[in-house]
Amino acid sequence: MTIRNKTAIVGVGAMPYYKRGASLPQTLNELVCKSIIAAVEDAGLSMKDVDGFAFYSGGFDTPYLMETLGIPEVSYTATLTGSGGGSAGSIGLASSAIVSGMAKVVVCVGALQQAQQRFGAITSGYEQTSETAFFQSSGLVGPGHMFALLARRHMHMYGTTREQFAEVAMSGRLNAINHPDAIMRKPMTLEDYFNAPVIADPLCLFDFCLETDGAIAMVVTSTEQAKDLRQPPVKIVACAHGGSRDWGRSLYWMNMPEEAFVSSGNVAIANRLYRDADVTPADIDVAQIYDHFTPMVLAQLEDFGFCERGEGGPFVESGAIRFEGGSLPINTDGGQLSGAYVWGMTHVREAVAQIRGSAVNQVQSCDLALVTGGPSSLPVSGLILGK
Amino acid sequence: MTNEIAKQPPHSLFELVTDPWTEPFWAAAREHRLTVARCTECSLLRMPPTPFCPGCLSQKLDWPTLSGRGTIYSYTIVSRAIFPGMEESLPYVPALVTLSDAPTIRLISNIVDVPISAISVGAEVRVVWNHLPDGVVVPRFTLAN
Ligand SMILES: [Zn+2]
Repeated sequence: MTIRNKTAIVGVGAMPYYKRGASLPQTLNELVCKSIIAAVEDAGLSMKDVDGFAFYSGGFDTPYLMETLGIPEVSYTATLTGSGGGSAGSIGLASSAIVSGMAKVVVCVGALQQAQQRFGAITSGYEQTSETAFFQSSGLVGPGHMFALLARRHMHMYGTTREQFAEVAMSGRLNAINHPDAIMRKPMTLEDYFNAPVIADPLCLFDFCLETDGAIAMVVTSTEQAKDLRQPPVKIVACAHGGSRDWGRSLYWMNMPEEAFVSSGNVAIANRLYRDADVTPADIDVAQIYDHFTPMVLAQLEDFGFCERGEGGPFVESGAIRFEGGSLPINTDGGQLSGAYVWGMTHVREAVAQIRGSAVNQVQSCDLALVTGGPSSLPVSGLILGK
Repeated sequence: MTNEIAKQPPHSLFELVTDPWTEPFWAAAREHRLTVARCTECSLLRMPPTPFCPGCLSQKLDWPTLSGRGTIYSYTIVSRAIFPGMEESLPYVPALVTLSDAPTIRLISNIVDVPISAISVGAEVRVVWNHLPDGVVVPRFTLAN
């Protein structure tokens, strides 16, 4: 048994994206509630219909939301574990609740307000423990510094270049320029990229995703019920989370076997998604690839089978990921590098827009959209949406 | 910047915490002895040290003394402060070092005391011992030749 096509995303509510801290004086809970109200309205449902929650990101929780929004009772509330890769996977929690009969209308939320802690420096905000001592002693002060180690190994093994990282950043920026919600809409040239400050060589400022505030809610219900609702249903074709022990704590571990070290930890997710959806990479029309750091986009394109291992660089260099003329347009809303970072829920939002046919940079005949979550320590996750 | 010497990372951002499973690694460091956890049942090496061998689930460990030789598996050059307190440590070079006599293990460490331009993936390194102001001793690496 799989969840294939049994559930659908029927409502989306997104707050504007804000630069880090600019969402104040609104509280995080306030942003979350606004996004839920908008999503339930978009679906044409009543708040009283909501009977479940599934989250990935933290900082807010079910009882406060019920109390505030007047939701009488919930029969399902769950959070996916982990620290970076789970927004796509949280949609699958909602599906599994609905398919198993534990709930009927589940709201998924991703939200972030970075007024307290910059994510670019999050590892130094972590409590020091006996486990973190092994990387904190070396001055790996942020996740970008850690991913720089993975990036350089990929460069060493496959000849991947900074120009290829730049292509990921520039392609995303081109999409952001057209997108009214995106934070970074100024054109970026290769010269701009190479003039940007290098933060953790080989990674420069434009290889890092944005630090932003935002809240995005999704309403998930059965495909059966979705027929009677306001929006064209966006079917959840497949959703997977988890991953292999070889990836494990990944950037906090650094002892992954080499095959995993140069990957994005998503091979197991990709295999499961394609099997459950009964599709191949060639069937995917648009992909929202988790772009917290540009090199990890290349590794994900490899993990998800759009090119061979080590060929991510040449693949993007060929123009394949461009909205204009690309064989696999990615991050059509500008992604997390130029659009906004909200734990990856922006990617789910854009995939829904592509399947609905309402995207700003709309891919023609878009029947299947892939969303990835992570790479970070497990779980990583993935989602395929369809008509 | 490539002629600059790789410094020690900012020690103000690190405060050593240990548990019974990790303490022997840091205790050996205080004696300038590089070691990794080894399962005495099946000889599998593991780092960081954890309470069970992932191969056979034994809890029995020993701590062999290693040569301190290794090769650079990957590295990054940090030349920009994203935190107060980092400035005076720039540039520094976090690195992954594959240990010559424990080749399944990568230590997360630093390359220090050499020109940045001399550092490359695959370069041979040897351990040096950095004494932090709080008495903690950290194994770091410099180029072997
Ligand atoms: Zn063992």
